[in-house]
Amino acid sequence: MKIRFKLNGREIEAEVEPNTLLLNLLREHLHLTGAKYGCGIGECGACTVLLDGEPILSCLTLAVEVDGREITTIEGLARDGELHPLQRAFLEEGAVQCGFCTPGMILTAKALLDENPNPSEEEIREYLKGNLCRCTGYVNIVKAVKRAAEEMAR
Amino acid sequence: MSMWINRIDTHILPINFQYHAPKTLEEALKLLAEYGDEAKILSGGTDLLVKMKQRLIEPRHIISLRNLTELRGIREVEGGIHIGAATKLREIERSQIIAERLPLLHEAVKAIGSIQIRNMGTIGGNLCNASPAADSAVALMALGAELHAQSIEGERIIPIENFFKGPGATALKPVELLTAIRIPPPPENYGWAFRKIGRTSLDIATVNAAVLLTLRGGRIDLCRIALGAVAPTPVRAVRAEEHLRGREPTPELIQEASELVVEDISPITDVRGTAEYRVEASKALVRDALNLSIERAGGGGR
Ligand SMILES: Cc1cc2nc3c(=O)[nH]c(=O)nc-3n(C[C@H](O)[C@H](O)[C@H](O)COP(=O)(O)OP(=O)(O)OC[C@H]3O[C@@H](n4cnc5c(N)ncnc54)[C@H](O)[C@@H]3O)c2cc1C
Ligand code: FES
Ligand code: FES
Repeated sequence: MKIRFKLNGREIEAEVEPNTLLLNLLREHLHLTGAKYGCGIGECGACTVLLDGEPILSCLTLAVEVDGREITTIEGLARDGELHPLQRAFLEEGAVQCGFCTPGMILTAKALLDENPNPSEEEIREYLKGNLCRCTGYVNIVKAVKRAAEEMAR
Repeated sequence: MSMWINRIDTHILPINFQYHAPKTLEEALKLLAEYGDEAKILSGGTDLLVKMKQRLIEPRHIISLRNLTELRGIREVEGGIHIGAATKLREIERSQIIAERLPLLHEAVKAIGSIQIRNMGTIGGNLCNASPAADSAVALMALGAELHAQSIEGERIIPIENFFKGPGATALKPVELLTAIRIPPPPENYGWAFRKIGRTSLDIATVNAAVLLTLRGGRIDLCRIALGAVAPTPVRAVRAEEHLRGREPTPELIQEASELVVEDISPITDVRGTAEYRVEASKALVRDALNLSIERAGGGGR
């Protein structure tokens, strides 16, 4: 089946099977390996991408279902070689350890800041609760989101 | 979370099926009439794809609701509040109408999964999946919701009490689609509460409960209590409701009523909790929910 969608700002056309998962289309066919396979059943958030700006799980999304929509992956956040403030803040606050959860974590955090530019710690933890970090770096992750929020407010 | 007992590779969707994305409701109903038993509706996919990955179900046809905008949205209508079956949980959570008119449903929906799950999952999927633990189900039972089902033969309205038939089973025929949920206008000055116990805040409920009640002249008038994850389907605690109706809500009465919930539940032991735990948790949740509801109805809680 032929599908067309916007991926990180560019129009894409792809040939997929009905049972192709969005995660596998991104990783295996389009070679965007930012989104990760963690659990495959909706519980870890490692495969999070933005669909029309909202975080969703690409491990539970059929590729055909994004026909005509817009997908943003972690590869699409930097602008002209400049990291997104969230990406910078994650590095500066040591919120990245093994990095496996980081793409999903940052994309979910981006949706949070787009909707609520100045979230409290509680709001950050609630919004990010579907993104598990097995290195358990939650304290620094919260700090990084706060720091990015402050920078983006400037 | 079944992550640790999943014996199957969930990298891929190991099932072949034909994918249909009808453009109109009529077209969808025709497809259902044609494929019935062999077809599954795909709404948000957060239950369906998990089950297909684990090969618990292997449909030959998938009928996607993605193009059916007529199945989406929330609006006030004459008979109450109308919610399209394919409305995303996140849209319900964000809806002003729901927050103001049906805070009970707002709270229950907010308790479902994560942001990602609520961006994908729909209210119709939560009901049609027929998990005994579905969070929206107990709230909608307490609110006395009606479910609108359609097939090419026409429409039928199913009171939510008659909708659930067992784990994963509903009153829908294979050719029927759930199109909407209709919630009657709630009574004036009603009190309500939603309570959920889960192992983690992301998990489905070990027990959940919803209460809606009104007071008249200091006595309990209308009263609905619904419990989830303690029977093959979400259930009403009818005996407890009867015990409360027409009586003054003293602490003793509330205690008696919460003990009576055992008459209407039949919990099992599973990975989320033992049957014994569920019995005790049900009593405690109902007692708390009743007290909060009475307070919210203006009856001075305790
Ligand atoms: C990590 C995780 C956490 C979760 N947490 C919770 C939780 O806390 N509480 C909770 O209640 N649930 C939870 N769920 C379950 C699930 O997300 C919800 O039940 C969700 O509302 C399902 O909606 P959906 O649109 O994704 O359904 P789908 O998966 O698309 O469909 C579910 C079933 O209903 C059928 N169906 C869907 N729509 C219709 C229709 N209109 N007419 C007829 N049949 C239909 C489908 O064929 C399928 O059998 C969780 C799931 C995951 C993966
Ligand atoms: S891989 Fe998608 S949620 Fe874990
Ligand atoms: S940094 Fe390792 S999982 Fe989060």
